[in-house]
Amino acid sequence: MKLFDELKLAQGEYATRRHFLKACSMGLGAAALNSLTGFKALGNISPSSDTGNLTVPHFAPRAKRVIYLHMAGSPSQLELFDYKPELERLHMEQCPPSLMEGKRFAFINGTPKMLGPQAKFSQHGQSGAWISENLPKLSTMADEICFLKAMHTDEFNHAPAQLMLYTGSPRLGRPSMGSWVTWGLGSENQDLPGFVVFVSGGGTPSAGKSVWGSGFLPTVYQGVQCRSHGDPVLYVNNPEGMSRNLRRQSIEAINKINQKQFNEFQDPEILTRISQYEMAFKMQMSVPEAMDISDEPAYIHEMYQTQPGETSFANNCLLARRLAERGVRFIQLFHWGWDSHGAGASGALNIGFKERCKEVDGPVTALLTDLKQRGLLEDTLVVWGGEFGRTPMMENRSGVDNPYLGRDHHTDAFTIWMAGGGIKPGVTYGETDEIGYYGIKDRVHVHDLQATILHTLGMDHEQFTYRFQGRDFRLTDVHGKLIKEILA
Amino acid sequence: MMLLLAVSCQRDTDQLSYNQDIRPILNENCLACHGGIKQMGGFSLLFEEDVYQPTESGKPAIVPGSKHKSELFNRITHHNPEYRMPQDAGPLTSEQIENIGIWIDQGAKWETHWAFIAPQMPEIPQSSANWGENNIDAFILKRLEQEALEPQVTADREILIRRLSLDLIGLPPTPEEVDLFLNDRSPNAYQNLVDRLLASPHYGERWAALWLDLARYADSKGYEKDSPRTIWRFRDWVINAFNQDMPFDQFTVEQLAGDLLEHPDRQQLIATAFNRNTMTNTEGGTEDEEFRTAAIVDRVNTTFEVWQSLTMACVQCHDHPYDPIRQKEYYQAFAFFNQSQDSDLDLDYPMLEMYSEEEEKEILNLVQEISEIKSEARNPKSVLVQDKIKQAIFPTLLPTQVDDFHNVILYDNDELSNWSKNVNTQKDKDYYFQYSDIEFTGLSGLTLKYSTGGDAAELQVYADSLEGTDLLTAALPYTGAVRGAEGEGNSSLKTEHWDFNQQLSGAHHLIFKIVNTTGEAPDGIATIKHIRLDYDNRVMQDPRLLSLQNQLIELRKKADHTPIMSDRPAFHRATHILERGNYLVPGEVVSVGLPSSLPDFSEDYSRDRLGLATWMVSNENPLTARVLINRLWEQLFGIGLVETTEDFGTQGASPSHPELLDYLAVRASNTHSWSIKSILKEIVMSATYRQSSKFTPDRLEKDPYNRLLSRGPRFRLSAEQIRDQMLAVSGLLNPKIGGESVMPPQPDGIWNVVYSNHKWETNPEDKHRRGLYTFWRRTTPYPSMISFDSPSREFCVSRRIRTNTPLQALVTLNDPVYLEASSSLASRMVKSNVDNLDLAIQTGYKIALGKKPDEETTRILRDLYYNANTELKGELVSSGVNQEYRLDAMTVVANAIMNLDEFVTKE
Repeated sequence: MKLFDELKLAQGEYATRRHFLKACSMGLGAAALNSLTGFKALGNISPSSDTGNLTVPHFAPRAKRVIYLHMAGSPSQLELFDYKPELERLHMEQCPPSLMEGKRFAFINGTPKMLGPQAKFSQHGQSGAWISENLPKLSTMADEICFLKAMHTDEFNHAPAQLMLYTGSPRLGRPSMGSWVTWGLGSENQDLPGFVVFVSGGGTPSAGKSVWGSGFLPTVYQGVQCRSHGDPVLYVNNPEGMSRNLRRQSIEAINKINQKQFNEFQDPEILTRISQYEMAFKMQMSVPEAMDISDEPAYIHEMYQTQPGETSFANNCLLARRLAERGVRFIQLFHWGWDSHGAGASGALNIGFKERCKEVDGPVTALLTDLKQRGLLEDTLVVWGGEFGRTPMMENRSGVDNPYLGRDHHTDAFTIWMAGGGIKPGVTYGETDEIGYYGIKDRVHVHDLQATILHTLGMDHEQFTYRFQGRDFRLTDVHGKLIKEILA
Repeated sequence: MMLLLAVSCQRDTDQLSYNQDIRPILNENCLACHGGIKQMGGFSLLFEEDVYQPTESGKPAIVPGSKHKSELFNRITHHNPEYRMPQDAGPLTSEQIENIGIWIDQGAKWETHWAFIAPQMPEIPQSSANWGENNIDAFILKRLEQEALEPQVTADREILIRRLSLDLIGLPPTPEEVDLFLNDRSPNAYQNLVDRLLASPHYGERWAALWLDLARYADSKGYEKDSPRTIWRFRDWVINAFNQDMPFDQFTVEQLAGDLLEHPDRQQLIATAFNRNTMTNTEGGTEDEEFRTAAIVDRVNTTFEVWQSLTMACVQCHDHPYDPIRQKEYYQAFAFFNQSQDSDLDLDYPMLEMYSEEEEKEILNLVQEISEIKSEARNPKSVLVQDKIKQAIFPTLLPTQVDDFHNVILYDNDELSNWSKNVNTQKDKDYYFQYSDIEFTGLSGLTLKYSTGGDAAELQVYADSLEGTDLLTAALPYTGAVRGAEGEGNSSLKTEHWDFNQQLSGAHHLIFKIVNTTGEAPDGIATIKHIRLDYDNRVMQDPRLLSLQNQLIELRKKADHTPIMSDRPAFHRATHILERGNYLVPGEVVSVGLPSSLPDFSEDYSRDRLGLATWMVSNENPLTARVLINRLWEQLFGIGLVETTEDFGTQGASPSHPELLDYLAVRASNTHSWSIKSILKEIVMSATYRQSSKFTPDRLEKDPYNRLLSRGPRFRLSAEQIRDQMLAVSGLLNPKIGGESVMPPQPDGIWNVVYSNHKWETNPEDKHRRGLYTFWRRTTPYPSMISFDSPSREFCVSRRIRTNTPLQALVTLNDPVYLEASSSLASRMVKSNVDNLDLAIQTGYKIALGKKPDEETTRILRDLYYNANTELKGELVSSGVNQEYRLDAMTVVANAIMNLDEFVTKE
């Protein structure tokens, strides 16, 4: 015993000494914070299989929740944020072979031509951020936004790239970012799921529901897809004819018998079931209430361009704000249709792409404005982007002249932006070369983005692990570094 | 307390055990830096051969016999925390330090991890207590006595029959079956019940569900398009194997290597679909080799998790951090699977063709007629219909009948092409395919039906091998249109004949190579539709023969195709170590082998999957039987004897009852001859299994998770069992066994997958089939199954986590399927020919739970009926005995019964 005490004392002195040497800037200790934020998980896991995660947050969080706006298919950064006059000059020139060497593309073959920017650019706000004419409304918010211009990823097909972005691995089977976050932090609202997903644009993302799946984490942490038609959450509505009163009576009857069963068997799992039935009853009220946007005032509908009852990105943005207000931890929007290969009108940079921009410009701007006006932007992190970027070269599928302009998938350079909780506003971080082909300064890998998002929520991505198949897994796999420069 | 004292008293004199006393300390505190990934200071504790070696300092860290000469001991007790180990962490406890010191002084004897030592038959513990039905109970009792706990009383018979039925056939007993059992007073009543259930054809369905999670069985290919895959015959194979009680060694060999058995039959080939349940990426622009590699990696990981409970996945990038497995050994295991012909092709070749009984009869008749005309006396070795067809239509060669192929794509319209979806990587690729053992005597040339997309393709034909006799080189000129995966336009097939440069005799392999002479893609495309060999001396042009052969070719379109394993006979792949697991960075070439910490993979074993499978089920293998026992135990008790079903390595949990695990493992192959039914029977016959599942305060305190088995199992049913039970008690269940996967109703909007016209369509007959038949699409699984924790089947899952969530309550309360079942149960209650409400309620409760509700439960449900009666204005239904009920009000009651904790729980 004496030996142990001596060693412990020495360790304490050593740690104190090192603490000052390292000039620790983490602020409050993790222990104190736990009691401030509290741990509330939606649902109960069989105790022996719940690894538990009471050690998070690791330090003071700046954001309490995330709204992630995913533009599935991946919009072209070269028509939105990454302004390249040099590319304009090279328009329709042959691509120099040096750019093609050792590169893998999904569809480009042979020697393609360069494609100049298909939009006019100008600088906006105090920060002077470059934003194209495709996003006139968002341009007014330039000073709220932090642009990451030299993003890169490893995967050049949609499904693997989306999985890479949301699960840290291009293969199916790992938990998604929202699952990790709700597993770690629980939900702030006991009556709503902690991780909610909305889909618009006519298709589920390429990687399917796995991008909001819980992988090897308990299924209770998977994203709950909310729908505009039918039940907003599957089976949340009572069958026709069953009143809320009768539902209450039936759940009371079920729980009374369950209580009796508990008295006889003393299995704590029965008590959990009783409370889950109570929560289901509450969700039946709170979910439709949260999902009903018809009670919003006219100016809000005007601002978001919403039409109650529609399945649209605009409606989903407004719903995102309503859920953020109610303490939902992770709100994920997918808007499909950004895969602008130029194979047809809807995928043309000069046609369909512009339509998509119009669909999101107003609602995204409204969301940022609305969150700011309500004081929610301070502790809500908003992220916008695709799963990869687009090439500065024109895609020439099957080598024939094509009235539609398009770009192929590109892993080495794309733009993602963030705003709100814990991120510096009015900043442009990272730079690509003069044709927007490759990041030349402050490159950010998707794993780095994940590390940074977790950091704003108070979590150290290297310590935030879950043991599965004998290994400690984390969202950032074995990679990822925090982008300190963009933290507020 | 007494026990702890006893242990510490013995400490000074007794030999400490590395496995029990030391390894857990080192694993937790040291291996992260001194293990398989990092060997800080040149010191690793992973392999015995490393432990006593000199470290970077030149001295060994451990000097057996002297703790003071051992740097390890000095460093864990160092006064300066900068040097003291473990670094940047608190010191070890004084007890841990003391133990390590004693262990070194006692000679620092190394021990192999328990799971790597073959199980020995342990001594059966003796006890004075008069409890138990078989030897299992002796082991359980010994442990309970150590913890001062007593076994629970035997559960009531109503509970036992429900527990047994759900466990053995996955369905609840009918009220009649319950009454029969209650009234059976013979001493063998329980055993007879067990035997009856084990003989039920539904037994296979229940146990297949376990195996299908391990086999990552799904009806779709995964990834972006996640298009459907026809592989349900494998699911049926598993059901049948369980029903026929196929011995587990045979079950293992057929799944891992059925194709390598001598003249395998269809069922043995279907068994190999186990390893074709890997995902196939059909997204445009993906690199097939990348996803082929991913599939092989999955096969290695799955095979080792399923049979060995080893976490091989760790080793694809580096040596195992905790278990004695080196990265090279991973790729030696990879080599077993690397010769499989499948290569991430959209159509999942190679496949087994299956026909309906009628079609098969027709085919065999045609084959017979043809062979009479051809007057061939050859008796094909293969019993497969597809091989008989191939022989009958000879000398026509269909591209989809190739014996081996490399970098070509096979289409189900019998075309072969070197078109690749990833056109960017067409350049520098070699494209070739082979027909084996062709009779060359009299063979003078060939006729080809083909199309090309340009003037770039050249055909080369060889005998024997790619380096063998050169038979033909011919340009394939532009035919006018491109045919291929993404190509469009009309086909313009050209037919052309060439003579060979020379004539050979006897049997040779015939190899075709397509060369892209420009290197530019996609201009080198060639699509081949038909090959006909031209013989000098044989009468092959008999119009009747040709017509019969064409009929046969037509009939092939009716086949359904199951992907199977088949090794390349000709174009073997070299297996490289992949640096950091990356297929683009191949390293050293390796051949098949197994980790040296496992039993010797001696020369007696063939160097292929058959050798691997035989080795797995050999008596020397320390893991296979234990892993099997553990899985069966977990299914029955909710938690394995080793809690980490998926990991028996040093980071896995220790067994709660190691001697019991070994006892059952040794008996598995000896006494039980690998019969799973026989093993299950031994377990369910035990008194341990028959205990009441009631908790008591001391059990809750000393045994909260029932690791000690101080009571019977009580846990929530699986997703499949919940669905099946609901259908069974409502009377809706369609008990049909096997067949194509089915699409029971699900809400609109679930099934919207990109780039697919494949629809979710419910066949009315298949509305109420058991859960394991539900079409399993990996990216959009059936919602209520997922709510109850079924995995997505993307990867092998050994252990389902059981959650308890409000979304589950919403499923059983409001899912239309549950409402339909509630309504159906309500009509059974109404029509049960009873003349009062209480009896109707009691009937419903008994149908659902196999027992009579007590007075209070009846009262609560009666009140609910009256409340519902007030709220609803439904139709009155006569029970036939002067009593009228509202069916909708009774439905509310039935729905409540199906939402009770005891209903979704096995207790």
